[in-house]
Amino acid sequence: MSVRAHSNDDEQLPAHAIAGADARRLPGARLWPDRVDREWAFGGSTGAGATVCLVDSGVDATHPLVGPLDQAVAVSTDGAETVIEDDELGDVCGHGTACAGIIRSLAPDCRLVSVRVLGEGFVGSGPALIEGLRWAVEQGFDVINMSLSTTKERFVSDLHALTDAAYFKRSLIVASAHNMPVRSYPWRFASVVSVASHDLADPLVYLRNPAPPVEFYARGVEVEVAWMDGATLRASGNSFATPHIAAICALIRSKHPDLTPAEVKTVLGLTADNVEVEP
Amino acid sequence: MNEARASAAAGLLPDDELHRALLRSIVDVARAIFGARAASVFLLDAESDELVFEAVSGEGEESLVGRRFPSSTGVAGWVLVTQQPLVLDDVGRDPRFASEAAESTGYIPKGIMAVPLLSGERSLGVLEVLDRPSGERFTADQADLLGMFATQAAIALDLLGRSRAARRLLESGEGSAAGITRLVAALERGDADEQAAGMELLAAMTRVLERR
Repeated sequence: MSVRAHSNDDEQLPAHAIAGADARRLPGARLWPDRVDREWAFGGSTGAGATVCLVDSGVDATHPLVGPLDQAVAVSTDGAETVIEDDELGDVCGHGTACAGIIRSLAPDCRLVSVRVLGEGFVGSGPALIEGLRWAVEQGFDVINMSLSTTKERFVSDLHALTDAAYFKRSLIVASAHNMPVRSYPWRFASVVSVASHDLADPLVYLRNPAPPVEFYARGVEVEVAWMDGATLRASGNSFATPHIAAICALIRSKHPDLTPAEVKTVLGLTADNVEVEP
Repeated sequence: MNEARASAAAGLLPDDELHRALLRSIVDVARAIFGARAASVFLLDAESDELVFEAVSGEGEESLVGRRFPSSTGVAGWVLVTQQPLVLDDVGRDPRFASEAAESTGYIPKGIMAVPLLSGERSLGVLEVLDRPSGERFTADQADLLGMFATQAAIALDLLGRSRAARRLLESGEGSAAGITRLVAALERGDADEQAAGMELLAAMTRVLERR
């Protein structure tokens, strides 16, 4: 299926009603407990079987903190033409490698895929971001990490359609909130999990924000991260909080592959450190 | 007519010196706010799709001003393209980063805060603050401060950029805007009586044009 904005318009539209007796039996989470806690949500999970895709500056697969990639592609756009090919360059900044290292540290056995949308100049960067995300959504990855956003209003409609398509295809997009008070996308959409940073040092502490569009806070201040050429450095910003939540989502999806994006978001909310459950 | 008004206003402004002074002020203030060792600013040259090193304050080499960098790679490229700030410490551990930094400022910093200069949807460039006082923890307040200052700097740069563009239009000598500027200049060269007569003539001409 090609994920195009409003692609359904070309198809014959179904009548949406069904006979109740014909409803399909669906697998849900096995043994959904009375009370959802972290032990149930991702206890013992290493991320095995889950695939996380990073839409970023590329990933240095040779970095010891990142380990092998399942696939790496690069996006370039030339006018209306979009080219997606194997990425020979790796990381053009260090940022994608940093995010990949964070995910690997929390979900060591997950599969990692890189979509590089940077490096082709500033001018083509907006279309590259859209086309890179489109490719990622088409592949149906379990989790898509987007530690970036765009302020360009002309991409909003396409982005909205893509994040909805991902939601319906059970690809969970985890997106960084902007660090400055500007309006950007796709993190503001309800179909994604939006993340900003807290300043606590524990990588597994995450907080639910009762006042969206930012929905969760995760570790994002002075995080020790992988960077170019095997180096490490300390980095701060929402873009480093996002892969913490993406990794936790991978742990959950690895243990409970039948959960929908909405259910994973609910599990995150129920297990957040600042959510208190009456005994 | 907006264009003409902007051009006429621009005709009264000084030229590139003001731009240089503004850039200089931005890096000086950025450095002072954070007690940093250096600050530098890069602007996007949209025509060549490159970042241009425009000014530096503190440690660093003025001689490198004018040097050009790719617009979508490295730390500055990431910040420009994604329009997100990036705060990195212990960057000297990364050899490629070290050489990139040395190329742009002439010395190797330990820490860097890079923030986009945004005007609406547009990225004008990137402001970098190098080496906050050592041992000082980066806080959310600092991030907010950096963002607020970058916003103010970007507004000033955008305004000046528009007036420079208008000025270039005037200097091209073409169009009604340039004609009006020549008229204003000629008028100002005259004495009080000539100016009063000129203004009366202009007022009469305006009335005729408005009646069409």
